[in-house]
Amino acid sequence: MRRSAAFALAAALLAPALAAGPAAARDGAPGGVVRLLTHESFAVSDGVLDDFTAQTGYRVEILTGGDAGQIVNQAVLAAGNPVADVLFGVDTTFLSRALEGGVFEEYVSPRLGVVPEALRAGPMVTPIDVGDVCVNYDKAAFEAAPPPASLDDLTAPAYRDMLVVEHPGTSSPGLAFLLATISRYGEDGDYTWRDYWADLRANGVQVTQGWEEAYYGAFSGGSGGGDRPLVVSYASSPPAEVVYAAEPTDTAPTAVLTDGCFRQVEYAGILAGTPHRAGAEALIDFLLSPRFQEDVPLAMFVFPASTEAALPDVFVAHTAVPADPEQIDPAAVEANRARWIDEWADVVLGDPPGSSPVVPALAGAAAVLALAAGAWWLRRREG
Amino acid sequence: MRPARVLLVGVPLAFLGAFFLWPLASILWTSLVPGGRFDAGAFGEVLTDGGLLGVAWFTLWQAALSTALTLAAALPAAYVFARYEFPGKRLLRAAATIPFVLPTVVVGTAFLALAGPNGALGIRLDGTVWAILAAHVFFNYAVVLRTVGGLWSHLDPRLEEAARSLGAGRWRTFTTVTLPLLRPAIAAAASIVFLFTFTSFGVVLVLGGAGVRTLEVEIYRQTTTLFDLPVAAVLALLQLAGVTAVLLAYSRYQERSAVEQSLRPAAETARRPRGAREWALVLGVLSSMALVLGLPPAVLLRRSLAPGGGWGLDFYRALGEAGRTAAQTVDAAAAVWNSLAFAAAAAAIALVIGLMSAAVVAAGRGRASRWFDALLMLPLGTSAVTIGFGFVVALDAPVDLRASVWLIPLAHALVAVPFVVRSVVPVMRSVRTRLREAAAVLGASPRRVWREIDLPIVSRAAAVGAGFAVAVSLGEFGATAFVARPDTPTMPVAIFRYLGRPGEANLGRAMAMSVILMAVTAAAIALVERFRAPGTGTF
Repeated sequence: MRRSAAFALAAALLAPALAAGPAAARDGAPGGVVRLLTHESFAVSDGVLDDFTAQTGYRVEILTGGDAGQIVNQAVLAAGNPVADVLFGVDTTFLSRALEGGVFEEYVSPRLGVVPEALRAGPMVTPIDVGDVCVNYDKAAFEAAPPPASLDDLTAPAYRDMLVVEHPGTSSPGLAFLLATISRYGEDGDYTWRDYWADLRANGVQVTQGWEEAYYGAFSGGSGGGDRPLVVSYASSPPAEVVYAAEPTDTAPTAVLTDGCFRQVEYAGILAGTPHRAGAEALIDFLLSPRFQEDVPLAMFVFPASTEAALPDVFVAHTAVPADPEQIDPAAVEANRARWIDEWADVVLGDPPGSSPVVPALAGAAAVLALAAGAWWLRRREG
Repeated sequence: MRPARVLLVGVPLAFLGAFFLWPLASILWTSLVPGGRFDAGAFGEVLTDGGLLGVAWFTLWQAALSTALTLAAALPAAYVFARYEFPGKRLLRAAATIPFVLPTVVVGTAFLALAGPNGALGIRLDGTVWAILAAHVFFNYAVVLRTVGGLWSHLDPRLEEAARSLGAGRWRTFTTVTLPLLRPAIAAAASIVFLFTFTSFGVVLVLGGAGVRTLEVEIYRQTTTLFDLPVAAVLALLQLAGVTAVLLAYSRYQERSAVEQSLRPAAETARRPRGAREWALVLGVLSSMALVLGLPPAVLLRRSLAPGGGWGLDFYRALGEAGRTAAQTVDAAAAVWNSLAFAAAAAAIALVIGLMSAAVVAAGRGRASRWFDALLMLPLGTSAVTIGFGFVVALDAPVDLRASVWLIPLAHALVAVPFVVRSVVPVMRSVRTRLREAAAVLGASPRRVWREIDLPIVSRAAAVGAGFAVAVSLGEFGATAFVARPDTPTMPVAIFRYLGRPGEANLGRAMAMSVILMAVTAAAIALVERFRAPGTGTF
């Protein structure tokens, strides 16, 4: 029988993909491969990793696997028998989970001296970059009236129906913003973070599940055509707006509210059980080298952890640096995350009076019955 | 059993065992029996939590309603495509599959532009269940159109003509002749749409607003954010139980409803519309289809051509050029190439496994066959997050596949196999036993019977299934979003990465890449459907 053309096509298309696959030998000797497990937001300029190969002989193979939470969970599930040699991208909010899960083995890089003491988090992980989650505003919407100047302002009538935030249960900046409010208003006292969020809700805060829907869907400054001029995003979003403008420009359409920002540090670590310890150490050292650190700002739009790295002009010009960002100890985040998110959901998304989805629920029940009745009827027709 | 049958059953079982059952069992075991002790607490936690039970009920009814609405919207189109011949029909049918592959984030932005704040349609649906239902119809329209249309185009019109000449009215003819004959295909399409919407994830996340959750969304949240694996595992089991019940009911129904009939070549059953009434019907259905399926892609097309609000190809050029800044997020050409290579591999795997399985299911009767059939469909109704983490736990030995490039087409094929099976089984069952027997009596070997009788009829349906397999892979369905993979970005991954950054050029590139994804999908499916087994003529 002649082989069908579909199979021939499949084979023809498949061959190059396989040749490009990770068939290369994985020995740890110089000239071998170091595997880097990271999130989808990881980026590095062309040529940077080639320099690493030229310096050390190791070639970097990048594995991407969802967001920071997902790669940490994968690493925890595979602890001791890792899929890669180095993990980059575990941040402040997920650090404790990784440490408790026994994901890393100790390594203190000889280059760690370039990182400020305040960013370090013990011998298991190495700080690579720092970013702040802040409220951004659409400059055009605040030409006549002033933009908010503090977290408190966001609950004021002047900013009613203006803010969009991300769900802390499904979004990393959403969680960071919740943590900023918890750090600011505290758990106990006359006015807790729950009271603050109740006020935000009363002031018409909108919640989306992810950053993309907030920034490109609801936010009016993000070229997606939304109607809300305030959004939870990053302190480095304005320079990204300049760098990625459709027409070359010097001015960002958005700016940052520098009050109530949450500081996230991203770490890298050697995955416990790696058979390629030497290559993994070399890669961690390289991530702290000037070559990589100076590439960080425009590749990933975060600040390098190294104090010695020079910053690009566009980054300096448009990035706001919050004077006193909010921070919460990673262990406290891990211990309370589930409870905080549940309480947040109760306060912000809990049943408002008179909005129970009775109509669609009834329609749904009717649909279940209709499908069953339809099937029964069809059978009966046939006898 | 004969060796051939052992092979037909064994290969699909081995495939499902290795890439579905074993990973699933491993992650459930790891979650529910941590450190060797069974943790029953999570069951109590879930079953007494009113919120989680509410999530389960919502998951069920929105899936049922979505399925009913999709059937209502797409059946008229299936009829028109089956019975009438009109210019551009083949292209339109391929184009109808486009929504199927679009990333939900992208469709979400298009829906918001239509029915969000400042929406072009002037109504606001965002954050409501209606947005979810509308999106489900949009995404699954093609499933009904193609699965039902496939069988409909082979129904012998003479049966209906006979009923009419005996005095039955149009409605009576439809309900007593056409519908019973179509039942297997309608049930097949409904079961797929139900499974898809029952496990809906992206649509609910993007359009449902913050308060709306399905089981799948809740499993994702429990797994990745809260890392509460026991609760996630119980929810996954709940989801599995629901899906299995539906599947068993379905395959029992399917088995009883199959009718042997003389299928006709599609070209014989379709004709040009005659008279104003038939033209009005065809044009009406096509324009409603254009409305349902065409508007969101039109928004994407417009946005991809609108740098700075004007008109221009800048975003497409931006896809091609090396990044203006230090980091080029993705190589666009490589993304297209990777997508096609994975799709070809996934479709090839799905065809082999799917055709073998379909032969078993179509020939089988009884409980074992029903369970086999349900098992084949299960991956479609299982939480992708769960399977993804199952890969991480289970696929490290004997060959470490966890981060292999092979895992991507294998995971796609897992979702694609049910489409091949569902496209082929109704047609296989309809092949008349008498035809086969006649051939055998005339001295044809079993292989020759298969080649001369079954293959010509089945290959057409297999092409439809292969088209779906290509679409499933191009759209990156299944667990691949949740596992570490070698840095071989596909088109959806590229779109996701562009959208992950602020800046008009990034949004524009995401839109441009979406348009390319649409075009590539339509072309790939049109191409796949042109394939015929050798010598099968007009079928």
